[in-house]
Amino acid sequence: MNAPVIRIRNLSTRFGTVWIHRHLDLEVARGEHVALVGGSGSGKTTLLRQMIGLLTPTEGEIRLFGEPLFGGGVARERALRQRLGVLFQHGALFSAFNVFDNIAFPLRELKLLDEALIHDLVMLKLEMVELLPRHALLMPAELSGGMVKRVALARALALEPELLLLDEPTAGLDPDRSDSFVRLIRTLGNELGLTVLFVTHDLDTLASLASRVAVLAEQRILAYGSIDEIMRLDHPFIRNFFLSERSQRALAHGH
Amino acid sequence: MTGPAFVKQPGDGAPPVLKLSGAWTLRSLAKAGRDWQARFTQSAAGGGFSWNCLDIEALDSAGALLIWRAWGRRRPDTLLIRPEHARIFERIAAAEQEPAAPVVPRSPFESLIVLGAWMLGLVRHGRDFLILLGQLVLDLLHLVRHPADIPKREISANIYKSGVRAMPVTALVGFLIGVVLSYLSSLQLRQFGADLFIVNILGLGLIRELGPVLVAVLVAGRSGSAMTAQLGTMRVTEEIDALATMGVPRSLRLIFPKVVALGLAMPLLVLWTTALALAGGMVAAQVQLDIGHGFFLETLPKAVPVANLWIGLAKGVVFGIAIALIACHFGLRVAPNTESLSANTTASVVSAITVVILLDAIFAIATRGIGMPKL
Repeated sequence: MNAPVIRIRNLSTRFGTVWIHRHLDLEVARGEHVALVGGSGSGKTTLLRQMIGLLTPTEGEIRLFGEPLFGGGVARERALRQRLGVLFQHGALFSAFNVFDNIAFPLRELKLLDEALIHDLVMLKLEMVELLPRHALLMPAELSGGMVKRVALARALALEPELLLLDEPTAGLDPDRSDSFVRLIRTLGNELGLTVLFVTHDLDTLASLASRVAVLAEQRILAYGSIDEIMRLDHPFIRNFFLSERSQRALAHGH
Repeated sequence: MTGPAFVKQPGDGAPPVLKLSGAWTLRSLAKAGRDWQARFTQSAAGGGFSWNCLDIEALDSAGALLIWRAWGRRRPDTLLIRPEHARIFERIAAAEQEPAAPVVPRSPFESLIVLGAWMLGLVRHGRDFLILLGQLVLDLLHLVRHPADIPKREISANIYKSGVRAMPVTALVGFLIGVVLSYLSSLQLRQFGADLFIVNILGLGLIRELGPVLVAVLVAGRSGSAMTAQLGTMRVTEEIDALATMGVPRSLRLIFPKVVALGLAMPLLVLWTTALALAGGMVAAQVQLDIGHGFFLETLPKAVPVANLWIGLAKGVVFGIAIALIACHFGLRVAPNTESLSANTTASVVSAITVVILLDAIFAIATRGIGMPKL
């Protein structure tokens, strides 16, 4: 029960001849809201996809909830996947389903709930992400960018995950929507006791959502700590990322 | 963590108590199974219980909803519950306040509306196709005046993709059809002693009729579907819009080259496939009827007037243009979702083959006096 939610040990990734990660370690404790930041091409999304199990690292191991990601049969792997929810950058809603069926899909896949309960659950999830019941019948193509993210979040939360992984949760949203979406994630995260790990470029998002920050640079986790601790470090990437004029404005705004 | 459990305790005069314990989460409920859920709902039916939820170890919205439904969708009068769990029920109660989506009543003229929508869809198809055709004519006029704008590279690439790359498969299919046709015909002809007519049957049938239609079906399945899928994906990823913003007209750069290329490549493919089908027929005729290759080739021009070859090639041109037009028409109708892409690709291939057969029938009527051998 007290094992770290995510534990990455000595992870290395190679694409062709290029090493993306080298001997990377990271441990995320239960209930943390962790921001994963790093320059373009530093392998943030790759690391996220490895945690989900979409990519396998060249070396090293990832454990979620103290269990290895792979092995132990289909049933165990599936049970483990159901404990995490993922919000993809572009939502990845099934375009052939309407909003209701998108959220109901993982619940129906369980094959253990009756349709009336699924209906109530979907409506509850819609309310949680601040959408209205009439939105349930829309098709993904008819949704605005912000609504796509909300529906995708509702779908990620459908199976009551303990860990939520977000890839650029506010990319493509205007500042207003981005603020309200971040607020929503924070509220839900606290209320449902979720562990949240998100990749971001956006300092506003980072400042208002993250309890800790993991900096991915030089092929490893360069630093892991609260925002204030990170900002005290002297490293060219951190200076550029946090201490530029633009960043200072965002952080002052977020606090 | 233990699974969900409930116990009914008699209340000694007071209402009986339902005591819930264990984990009431989606996972544990799913593990307990549907029968267990039904049993719980049944036990709680009728109401009038006093509820004790203090021993619930874990509760999520799925578990809470199941309990909420057992409560009859309202908080029971006597309830013992931990505050953190009570919050979940408050959320559910708040969600119920939201007005449900209004149910649109079914119109009594439903079938008429469906029929009308279908007809309007058909009209829209016709109009879009006409616009596509008109745009191509305008493009053609533009290119006559500005020959420098002719998209030569695109045309060449399309000829290679839909013509050259289709040669192996059309050759294989053509050769085998020739063998089969010759073999089956020879079995019948031998019974009447009319062995020599194998040349007439194969020559006329393949050159005038079967060759063009066979190639058209293969090309519609191979290149037509590819064109629809390509244009459809370009629409989904907004590439077509990007082209338009750079001032590159989409019809001139994307559709015109496909139509021209298939119009040029198809007659050549027809020639190639027909030749191989005749070769297949020739081989089978020698094996079955002992008709030598020399004799076969010598008799062919006498049995089949050369007009048939021109008809076959003309069919190739017309079929090629029709397939490309239909493929582009459906490709431009793709809406940005996966379902629409697959539906339009299917519709493209099916319509292309149907139209080819229709055109073939028109050809048959229009050319009924041309190219028939005089016996």
